[in-house]
Amino acid sequence: MELKEHGPWISADGPHADVVLSCRARLARNIAGFPFVNSASTTQRHELLNIARQVLLRCRLADGMTWVDLVETTPRDRELLFERHLISRNLAEADIERAVVISSDETLSVMVNEEDHLRMQVLAPGLALTDVHDRIHAVDDAIEAHIDYAFSKRWGYLTACPTNVGTGIRFSVMMHLPALKIINEIERVRRAAKDLHLAVRGYYGEGSESSGDFYQISNQVTLGKSEAELLAELEEKILPRIIEYEHHARRILAERNQTVLDDQIHRAVGTLRSARLMRVEEAMKLLSRVRLAVCLGRFPEIDPNLINRLFLQVQPAHLQSHAGRSLSAAEVQKTRADVLRAALS
Amino acid sequence: MAEVMKCDCCDRPAVVHETRVRNGETHEIHLCEMHAKEAGLTVPGQAPIDEVLTQFVVSKGSRKPRASHNTCPTCGMSFAKFRRIGVVGCPDCYDAFEKHLGPMIERAQNGGTSHCGKCPRRGGASIDRQLRMQRLIKDLEDAVAAEQYERAAELRDRIQALEAEVPAVEPDSAAAPERA
Repeated sequence: MELKEHGPWISADGPHADVVLSCRARLARNIAGFPFVNSASTTQRHELLNIARQVLLRCRLADGMTWVDLVETTPRDRELLFERHLISRNLAEADIERAVVISSDETLSVMVNEEDHLRMQVLAPGLALTDVHDRIHAVDDAIEAHIDYAFSKRWGYLTACPTNVGTGIRFSVMMHLPALKIINEIERVRRAAKDLHLAVRGYYGEGSESSGDFYQISNQVTLGKSEAELLAELEEKILPRIIEYEHHARRILAERNQTVLDDQIHRAVGTLRSARLMRVEEAMKLLSRVRLAVCLGRFPEIDPNLINRLFLQVQPAHLQSHAGRSLSAAEVQKTRADVLRAALS
Repeated sequence: MAEVMKCDCCDRPAVVHETRVRNGETHEIHLCEMHAKEAGLTVPGQAPIDEVLTQFVVSKGSRKPRASHNTCPTCGMSFAKFRRIGVVGCPDCYDAFEKHLGPMIERAQNGGTSHCGKCPRRGGASIDRQLRMQRLIKDLEDAVAAEQYERAAELRDRIQALEAEVPAVEPDSAAAPERA
């Protein structure tokens, strides 16, 4: 399986790119007439795969759609897809018939036989929720022209987990909040998000811890509000306030704690340019400091796109893909340090 | 040539074979048609066509079996299992567990009680199909009641064909998927 070095959604050219790395819209859908995946027989799961394959590949959802049968892929390739945010941890590790279809630019992927029959997502750089919303619904309409979805008037789109019923939509925004972390204000953001019924997760979504000061913020409510209402709440009311809060924290750091900030930034760059072994958590933390510095106008010679890409390229499966072979834990650390030195020196 | 098993009560060939376990002991029963009927056991292949068709009508949803003991009649998922694993087994679980599930969903959805977002664009087509299905089932019930078995068999075939019907596909895009 071959993936590009990186997808366009990692670009640093999106709206509010200094704080928002990327955004995503995800729809959960199930095909009428079948039990949900957890109760489906092997035959039914095969049948679901066959239906999905025929429809998804012929719908012309995007350029260069590739079907990846996850049973036939190696664990390393599945990990690579997970690191790319193209499949979930659940789909990567499940032991049932399952697949994913991916557009050539990696901005669209549809998982088949995840918790729901279909989990489709559209990714975009920066804060562009209206774009991903419009695109995911175009995809949904194209698929629905060929498939009857499980739907009820009261509960909307029926999903395996009742917390996803209604619209079945989840908007997620990957926010980089290093200044709020440094000035110890991140817990206030978490509490405020909880009060607003938003989920705050880590770089790799559900179950993952914050890494590299990235926080994935998403709506938890899917019933009782339309897609447009959910979108407007996030894009117009909530997210601009978090972005402004991070900007405020960056100003405080730059004006009142400049020496501390400079110390942290230069230590990060120094370590990244000279280390010979590096763990992933350390790399994410140091890259976060460099990203903050670049966004503040320091190091004009460093391309912000490069930093965004490095957050992906230092992940274990990406390093093994880069090396073209399986690596031991020690080799992964060495390769990571080599990649970072080469990129930043 | 294989030896024909005889009835436990006479010398006729046995047509009903049952294994019963009682108090840990296994008992095999082999009965001829006559003695099987006397014992109240169903003889295979002998069910009258009206019974077969009536069973078919009952299984088609107009007289859907009710959930018993908090179990979904369609997929067999119990509410206790849902509480354990956090996911329901099929779309019909939402009806089967509505009494308990409704308040849980409303709490999880911050008070949201009903869907007010997008609806499937092909809802019209699906509803049309459902209406056609309901009409056919009603006609089948009437035909069985009037003992018009030939017509009932024809209606049964039409219902099965409608169940297997593949959604229409625009000629310029995908071919229709095969459905079971």
